[in-house]
Formats: sequence, C-alpha cells, structure tokens
Amino acid sequence: METKFRESINKAVHNPNLTGALGRFSEAYRVSRQKAYEGYDFEALRTQIAERKSYAASHLDELADLFTKNAEARGTKVFRTNDPAKVREYILNLARKNGVTSVVKSKSMASEEIHLNKHLESAGIEVGETDLGEWIIQLAGQTPSHMVMPAIHMTKEEVATVFNEQVEDGQKPDIPKLVKFARGKLRTKFLTAEMGITGANIAVAETGTLVIITNEGNARLVTTLPKIHVAIVGIEKLMEKFDDVVPVLTALPKSATGQLLTSYVSMISGPVSNTDGTPKQLHIILMDNRRTEMSQDPKFKQAMQCIRCASCLNVCPVFRLVGGHVFGKVYTGGIGTILTAWFDALKASDDIQSLCIQCGNCTEVCPGKIDIPGLILELRRRLAVEKGQPLAQKAIFSVVNNRKLFHSMLRAASVAQKPLQKGNFIRHLPFFLSEMTEFRSLPAIAEAPFRDTFKKIQQPARNHKEKIAFYAGCLIDFAYPEMGGSLVKILNKADIEVVFPEGQTCCGAPARYSGAYEVAAQNANDNIDALLDNDVTYVVSACPTCTVALKHEFISTFESLGHTDSLPRARQLAEKVIDFSSLVKKLVDEGRLKFKEGQQLGKITYHDSCHLKRTLRASQPPRELLAQAGYEVSEMYEADMCCGMGGSYSLKLPEISAPILERKLTNIKQSGAPLAVMDCPGCVMQIRGGLDKQNSAIKVEHTVQRLADELE
Amino acid sequence: MDAIFDTFKLRAEAVSAEVHRFHRKNEALDFILHYLRDAGVSDAPQAYAVWAPCPFLDGLDQKQLSTTVPGVIFDVNREVSAVAKVGISQLDWAIANTGTLVQDAAPVEQRLVSTLPLIHLALVRSDRLVPDLPSALSKIRPEQTNYISFITGPSRTADIERVLTIGVHGPEKLAIVFIDDPESVN
Repeated sequence: METKFRESINKAVHNPNLTGALGRFSEAYRVSRQKAYEGYDFEALRTQIAERKSYAASHLDELADLFTKNAEARGTKVFRTNDPAKVREYILNLARKNGVTSVVKSKSMASEEIHLNKHLESAGIEVGETDLGEWIIQLAGQTPSHMVMPAIHMTKEEVATVFNEQVEDGQKPDIPKLVKFARGKLRTKFLTAEMGITGANIAVAETGTLVIITNEGNARLVTTLPKIHVAIVGIEKLMEKFDDVVPVLTALPKSATGQLLTSYVSMISGPVSNTDGTPKQLHIILMDNRRTEMSQDPKFKQAMQCIRCASCLNVCPVFRLVGGHVFGKVYTGGIGTILTAWFDALKASDDIQSLCIQCGNCTEVCPGKIDIPGLILELRRRLAVEKGQPLAQKAIFSVVNNRKLFHSMLRAASVAQKPLQKGNFIRHLPFFLSEMTEFRSLPAIAEAPFRDTFKKIQQPARNHKEKIAFYAGCLIDFAYPEMGGSLVKILNKADIEVVFPEGQTCCGAPARYSGAYEVAAQNANDNIDALLDNDVTYVVSACPTCTVALKHEFISTFESLGHTDSLPRARQLAEKVIDFSSLVKKLVDEGRLKFKEGQQLGKITYHDSCHLKRTLRASQPPRELLAQAGYEVSEMYEADMCCGMGGSYSLKLPEISAPILERKLTNIKQSGAPLAVMDCPGCVMQIRGGLDKQNSAIKVEHTVQRLADELE
Repeated sequence: MDAIFDTFKLRAEAVSAEVHRFHRKNEALDFILHYLRDAGVSDAPQAYAVWAPCPFLDGLDQKQLSTTVPGVIFDVNREVSAVAKVGISQLDWAIANTGTLVQDAAPVEQRLVSTLPLIHLALVRSDRLVPDLPSALSKIRPEQTNYISFITGPSRTADIERVLTIGVHGPEKLAIVFIDDPESVN
C-alpha cells in the first residue's frame, strides 16, 4: 500500500466535517430511500433493469449503430470513439471552428473521466461547471467527494470562503443566500456561453433519444441557451427501447437521492431551434473508453448494468468514513473502484480495491443488481496474478496451506503469547504489531485447540439418529474452543452425534479475500476431502464466513480458476453445509430440541454478521431462537452494519476498522442490553476486544453459547 | 378524477409546488390575473410575466390581458424571459403519483418561460392526468418531438451541507393550475 494512499485515509478519517456530513447522510439516506420505494417491488424493478442493461451490454455495437442512424436522421451529429483523446480533440475542434470562448457544463461524469475541462482550459476556453456542487469544487480547485453530491465534504463557511476568494467578496455562510449568489453569477454564464456540454443518463437506440436527469435545472439551461449542445455519453448508457426508460427512471432518483422523481427530466431526440430561430448544433459523442472490452469480460460485463446512482457509496461503511477523495479524481466508492480499474487502469485500482471490507451492503441496494464486492474480489485476484503477492503474504499462505505446519505454529503461538496475555486477552502487542491491539484487545490463542478438546468430550451413548460433521474454522478451533463445546452439547440434546473430521483446515477465506485464489483452492480441496469422507447428513459451522466459503466460495474459486474437475465435489459438499442457527432452528421446529419453559432471561441485543445476513440470509433464525429461549431482543441501531472486522481487513486497515467498530460499540451501548449476541466468532473477536479496551461491562457472546444451557 | 387529482396534489405539494384546480377556464383566468398582480408583475424589467403560446390562450384577447395586467408579454424571447419574474405555459400531461408535469418543449419559448423566470405558472387540463410514469411514457412520442420536459416541483439543490434549498437555476416557485372543462381549453 502506498504511503500517499495511507495518508489520504488518515486525513479523511480525521476530518470531522467530512465524516460528520457523510455519516449523517448515510443515516438519512437509508430512511429516505426506503420511503421512496414504498409500494414498489424493488427486486422486480432491479431484475428488469439488470436484464435490459445486460441485453444492451451484449448488443453494444448494434445499439450504437441504431442510435447513430436514428439520431442522424433527425439532424444530430454522432461521433463514436474508443479513445478519450479523440473526444477531447473533437470538442476542441468544434469549439475552435465556431469561435467558442465560453462553455457551460451540466454534470457529466464522462467528461470528468477524460479530464475535459483541463484540456479546454489549456486551449484558452473558459469552462463553467453549473451544477452547484461541481461549481463549488471547481472554484476551490478540488475533486468531487461523492458522485451525486460532489461538495458534501464542505461546510457553508468553507463555501462562503471559496466564493469570497474566487468570485466576489462579502458572502456570508448562509445557505439560501449562497445559493442565490450562485444563481446570479451562473445565470450570466448561461446567457453568454456559446457551447453547452452535458452528459446523459440514458441513450435510447430505437428513437435516438437522450434522457438527462437533474434537480437544479441547469441541464435545461445548458441545452437551451447556447447554440451548440455537445452530449458526452458513455456507451453503457445505451438501451434498446424507449420503454426501457421506465425502470431506470423509476429507480434512479429513488436510489440516488430518495426522490420519487428529480425536478427535471429532459428527453432530447434531435436538434431544436435556438432562441434566435437558428437550428441548434447537436453533437452526441458515444464514448467507449474500454466499455466494449468490459462488456466482453465474462466477470465484469455486469458492471455495465450500473446506472450511476451512487447508492453503493451511500450504504458503504467505509465510504461514509473516508469519502470520495481517497478513491482518486473521478469515480468513487465500490462501483468507482471497478470503473477506475477499467477506464483508467487495473493498477490504478490497486490501493483503492483494498478499501472494500466485503460486507455486502451495496449488493442489497444496487438497482443494477451488480455484485460489487464480488467484482472487487476479482480485481484483487487479477492484481495478485499480475504483480504477484507480497512476500510476507506469500509466506503466511504457504504456512496456511500446510495444515500440519499451520496448526503446530498456532500451538506454538499459544505458548509464545504467554508474556503478553492477560486472562483470555492480548491487550498490547509490541513494535509494529501494536496497531492491531490499539483499538481492541485480541483473543489469546487457546491453550488447547478444539481439535484436542473434542477428543475428550463424552458424547452421551444414546442411539444417535443422525451424524453431523462440525467444521470449526480457525477462530473456534484455536481461539474460542468453548464455542465448539457448546455446539456439541446442543446437537447431542437432539440425539445427534457430532464428528470432527481431523483433516479440516482453514476455509481459505483469508487467501481468497487477498486475491490468492490458488491458495484458497488448495484449502478448498483439503476441506472437501476431509468433510466428504464421512457419512453425515449435514456439515455445520458456527462461523458464517466459513459457512459461506464451504457453501459458495469453494465453487466460485474453482470456477474463477477453471478447475472444473473439482466442481462436482464442491457442489456435493455445498448441499450439506448449514450454518449453526439455521440448523438449530430447524431442529427446534421439528421438535427435536426444546427450550426450557417459562424462562425470563433478560435483555440482549443482536448483531447481524455480514455473511450470515447478506449471503446466507439467516437474520431471523438466531433472533427467533434467542426469543424462544426467553431473551428479550432489544434491537440496536444499524444492527446489520459491519463491525469492521472483515477478517484480515482489520489488520490491514486498522485506521478504518477502528472507527467502524466505534460506531458499532456505541449502538450496542445505546441498546441498553447488558449482553450482545452474534453468530460469528470474528465479530465476537472484534466487538469483545473493543468493549474490553473500553472497560465496558457489556458481555459479548456467540449465539451457540447463549443457547447451550437453555435447552431441555 | 378526484382521487387521482388528490394524489397529484399530495405528491406535488410534497415537492414544494402549489396546486390549484378550477372547473371553468374563466375562473382559472381570474385566478391567473390575480396571481400575477399579487406577484408584483408590472411593465418593468424583473417584473414582466412572459406567456408562451398555448391552447389556453385561444379565444382570449391578448391585448386586453396586457392592459388588465401591464407587463404580461406574449411575444416571448430570450431577452425578455431573462428579465421576467413570472413565466406561464400550458403543459400536456400530469403524472399523479410523482406530482410531475410533462410537456412537448421543442418550441424554445416553452422552455424559456419555464426555466428563466423566478416563478413558473403551469396550466394543465385535468383530463390529462395519468396515474404514473409508465402511463405517461406510453403517451409521449419521442419520434415526434425533439425535446420533452418533465417538471416535478421547483428547481432544487442540496449541494451545500445537504440542506434542501429551492430555486437554484430554474424557478423557485411552481404554481400548477388545473382546468377541468376540456371544451374550454382545447
């Protein structure tokens, strides 16, 4: 990771204006988005968008030709190119030919992508951004911190200062007055500019129509007052039919700003008359800039389904801390990372892809149904292939891949940590490792791993109806063996014999999330061998990340690497895998497990682990089980927001992990419950460690521990 | 009719538009003239009202209207629109569940009067109300016109500190006048 990048993160997380504004926005957004979609079937809507955009992505050439034909038939000039330099050249030539000295622009990400302003300005042409936020940052000489709200990081005081220094002295930090001032100043520019430049939100091939969506009304002026209108349209905006406008126009304002519809939508299908009666020159530039290539990539084709609403930014626990500047100059957030890798260069995404904590929030809200975290992982994988893994990482994974060595090193560490250990925690690590324990204590490695203690467990010698294999995962095996003990106790009560296949090893998630797919595949093969070698009905895990690895990721890792031979066995295993709470819920529903009657166990609060909630879709079973046991579940705010652990993420980016955890701890405390329960040992490690650092009396436990004593 | 109008009114008011409804054209005209006087329209720059050609004006004596309220201008152009306070136009469709007005805005004066002045007075026939966006899009024909405008409330921004502020580049006020009797506004 580059030092400069680290510095930009530190600058961002220590900027209270930025984190304050983004934090408040993300909270308000959740509510307003939900309200805007009331009465709509979001899943059906986004399925429609994904299908239609995906169709367009597979027919780009055809649609671009059709669009060109239809637009040109109406008198529009259409220029299509893959090359950003040719776009700049076309516009500059056009400006020169027509004696243009001043240009007004409404918001266009495509123009930012090709750094158009700089190019025109260096040729002596004045370029005025007219979107208020864009104008403010243009004056301030900054870059957008958010795709939809580019100046969200600035306070009204800062805006007033920018106006005073760059435009005209005497402006007070009063928002309506600042807006009025901008209106007056920009009005003159609108009335004098000879050329207007816009982007477009949709380009309809069958009618040659551009759809432009704004709130301020600037696009209406930009397309009405100057005699030349140039629209720069990324070809991902192409859609086949006019009817395709319906789902996009329905979703975009709701997902972008929580509005039912923006103030203005303009549909331009050809040149109109200028205000002096002359015909307007309308130029549409269909810009490729590697979009065709992207649409031909089997993995990244789905990124063409993006409608640029920025909802992936708004729900991202990392984005709301760091804002857009950390991501670079143009596209920001989750989707921005992917677009940067393609429209700029894969290596330009090297640092920023590491910001994704893989919580999956964005996949829930994306109106284009894009698996953004999945694509970021794919970037990570390709980067790892391209530049190789860092040496230290390679060394670690070579150990993880050798199960016996890995496990004996963990045993050795349990002894070596003794001087640092206090109770079950490590509170301080020396030297460069200290960052890892700065904001949370780490669990001490257990004296005896679960694989040893399991052998000592006497499972009641009843007539077991069923055998189930337990996959412990590293954290339960080596840090929290007591969780494994509780699990065995519970399943035994349902007359189930638990087996612990010795050959099981790390699930490969750390390797996979670092882009080291070959390592992950090796882990997968070892585990498949170990776990399929038993006659069991289920393979249960009490770690959602491991469960997801066993159930979904072994398959996708093999698919990514083209290891088709391994797929049948991976699928065979996947069918047997179940998470702990879903299994127990099933056993309770079947009457094979019974809770003690009439218990009143008091208040708890429940934290949703990312993988359990958003991949395994099991947010209700643990809550229902805890309630049935006799607990009163007091919901915390943002219960399903990531705790900041993200596996090794918290080690790589502690400066981001710590404030995410901080929010979680605050929400836990405000729930008023003395006990926080969750289904993931990783979350337990993060949250328990955080509360320990704060000397909080709140206890943190895995659901498995809470239930073990409450069953008959 | 009443239910769909009520939905429109609710949605349009939620985005800071004013909504009025009259049965007859002459009642609407009375309202408009009062509205213009109350808005301070007069025969002076920054106080003009620009009125774009529209079916509502058919059969009305424009000269007389300009005498009744001095400053009302029917010969709409860029210069006078830029110094007008009120713009008046008739729109083609209204979408109830978003509170939106839709217009074939290819003739430039339709856009001048609805973008440049501070106040936009928008006339629409009540029988042009449709329930939702899909039904509106099924009515409009991009093949037949080069510029279609959708207007939902006045111009707005939240670009400074996310504080909603009305009236950036377009009108800061949108007053919508529905006229029920289609015979009178054809």
